[in-house]
Amino acid sequence: MVLSRRTAALPKTTRVALTRIALTSLALAVLTLFLIPMVYGMTTAVKTDSQIAKAGAPWWPARERTFEYEGKEYDVYLVPIDGTIRELALYRPGRQSSWFVDPENPAAGPFEWQGQWRQLQRSWRLDIQWGNFTRAWNTINFPNLLRNTLMYAAITTFGAVLSAALVAYGFARFRIPGKNILFMVMLSTVILPGAVTLIPTYFVFLQIGWVGTWLPLIVPAFFSWGTNVFLLRQFFLSIPRDLEEAAQIDGASPLRIFYSIILPMSRPALTAVALFHFFWAWNDFFGPLIYLAGHPDKFPITVGLTAFNNLYSQSTNLIQAASLISAVIPIAVFFFAQRIFLEGVVITNFEK
Amino acid sequence: MAPLPELSSVLRSRTAATPRRKLSKLEKKEIRWGLFFISPWLIGFLLFYLLPMLASFGFSLYDFNPAVPDQARFVGFANWQRALFQDAEVWLSLRRTLHFAAISLPISLLFALFLAVLLNSEHVLGKSIYRTLFYMPTMIPLVATVLIWNGVLNEQTGWINVIIERLTGIRATGTQGLRWLADPNLVYYAYTMFGLWGVGNAMIIFLAGLQGVPSELYEAAQIDGASWFQRLIFITIPLITPVIFYQLVLGVIGSLQYFLAPFVLNGGTGFPEGMTRFFMVYFYKQSFTFFSMGYGATLAWLMLIIAMIITIVLFGTSRFWVFYAGEER
Repeated sequence: MVLSRRTAALPKTTRVALTRIALTSLALAVLTLFLIPMVYGMTTAVKTDSQIAKAGAPWWPARERTFEYEGKEYDVYLVPIDGTIRELALYRPGRQSSWFVDPENPAAGPFEWQGQWRQLQRSWRLDIQWGNFTRAWNTINFPNLLRNTLMYAAITTFGAVLSAALVAYGFARFRIPGKNILFMVMLSTVILPGAVTLIPTYFVFLQIGWVGTWLPLIVPAFFSWGTNVFLLRQFFLSIPRDLEEAAQIDGASPLRIFYSIILPMSRPALTAVALFHFFWAWNDFFGPLIYLAGHPDKFPITVGLTAFNNLYSQSTNLIQAASLISAVIPIAVFFFAQRIFLEGVVITNFEK
Repeated sequence: MAPLPELSSVLRSRTAATPRRKLSKLEKKEIRWGLFFISPWLIGFLLFYLLPMLASFGFSLYDFNPAVPDQARFVGFANWQRALFQDAEVWLSLRRTLHFAAISLPISLLFALFLAVLLNSEHVLGKSIYRTLFYMPTMIPLVATVLIWNGVLNEQTGWINVIIERLTGIRATGTQGLRWLADPNLVYYAYTMFGLWGVGNAMIIFLAGLQGVPSELYEAAQIDGASWFQRLIFITIPLITPVIFYQLVLGVIGSLQYFLAPFVLNGGTGFPEGMTRFFMVYFYKQSFTFFSMGYGATLAWLMLIIAMIITIVLFGTSRFWVFYAGEER
């Protein structure tokens, strides 16, 4: 209250400027908190194995500094001398006093310092272990996971877009008896818990020998999913019918019209659906987990990453590196296509 | 009230349709083409939804292991009896699931709404950059999200505890500190935190909802001297209740199937103290670890029934709080 009365006395432009600064900094503060784990992941991924567990280590990737003197390695400490902190190599430790060498001036030789060296802090040097990414990449056999995931994402995206476009066109343009009921049924399958169809489906796939292959994951994608159909139908409904009618008079078949008029006009909507499906496939976990169990050579990234985490749970840096590697492609695609993508999110979820 | 011409046109169209005339050749052709176009969905619906759903109920009446299908035995409603009356873990896991949903859903929806309101404000500079960056973690594969948070919530070396300790002086690290993933009282909040990285979709949808609120309403309220907060509570929130409702329904159904985080973090052991053995985790254990698929099918059907009950209850409450524009006030 006090604040608002005080601000009310200020001229309008000042008030607007103050609100602007306050709200923008609030957003910035929340964003910083929100992305801290990302910064944690990035810095941890390039740390040495030993730094993570060591008390007193800095938050950035670093290595304890050492100094070579007369052919031997000595640890470098932060030593307070005459009110300044100097980085000195511990030459000969003692109980009450110790001998140090100045790395800046080794020629001066060791000198004595009064104090307990155990109270001193180590000196750290920035040391980015880019090699951790290579190590994670090789340990997890990333090229194989990547190939599996890309294949899965590409094939099912093709199937999902093609089938959803066909079905959406059917729902958007043709008078079919019971169409509205069918459409409602299709939308309700979107919230159907997947578990309820899983066991018989798994059993049938097991009987025909598909368990342990990619087929149970790929084939269903060619039979269209509710959300994709919904998005495309909304888009098709907004296309004027004139062109189609003209083509019809010229004797073009509906399939021909669909192929040469509707699809080219729906590029943005098709791209949105393709992106959705691509990200969905990239993230898919439960299906590959049950259908590919025991076939690590066929794992996608998500399941491979989980297996890696179980085997190397102590190597925090490698796990962070592998997690970041798995996120690079989706994030890159998102940054390039975010406008189309975010519009699609709004259509599928908001206009229902 | 109703203008006469409209009524008469309704009557006319009805009388025109009443006699069951034969479909013309053209109409038949249209139906055939329509069915052709929707056939992928029709076939998929039969093969991957309807038949498996019914078969799933059939499976629930059997004691059945897919490794030895010949030994399948019809047991009637024994699986159902076990799930409903004998197996305490069913209700415990369901209670945990609902308990977790009761914590995580309000927090994530409020956070999404908060971000949407903030980023909808004309006063925030660089809105589209914020929108992109708040959305970005939604793109990270969930497994990676869980692993990154697993590190940042580590009780010894994780930054959350280190930062809390630096800022407040409370001893947050170590065995007496905040053991986010090992303390039964904290673990749901820790899981809720990973969930916030998936806030992007809800945020974007709320933003679209906010942009759909007619600006005349705000202008009128401003003339009446309504404060920023009053405008939020009396105009913005009521007008976007349909969006909140939709998010709530999706959120509850999603929570019932919550599986990935506990599975990635502890392989479904329920650590700590069984707190993370949610319903879906239990379903997975029964079906794909013990391969008792008859019982698994029972649990799956139980999940469907519970999801339907919750959805119906939510829809029932919706008329008390969800505001649909165009209805009488």
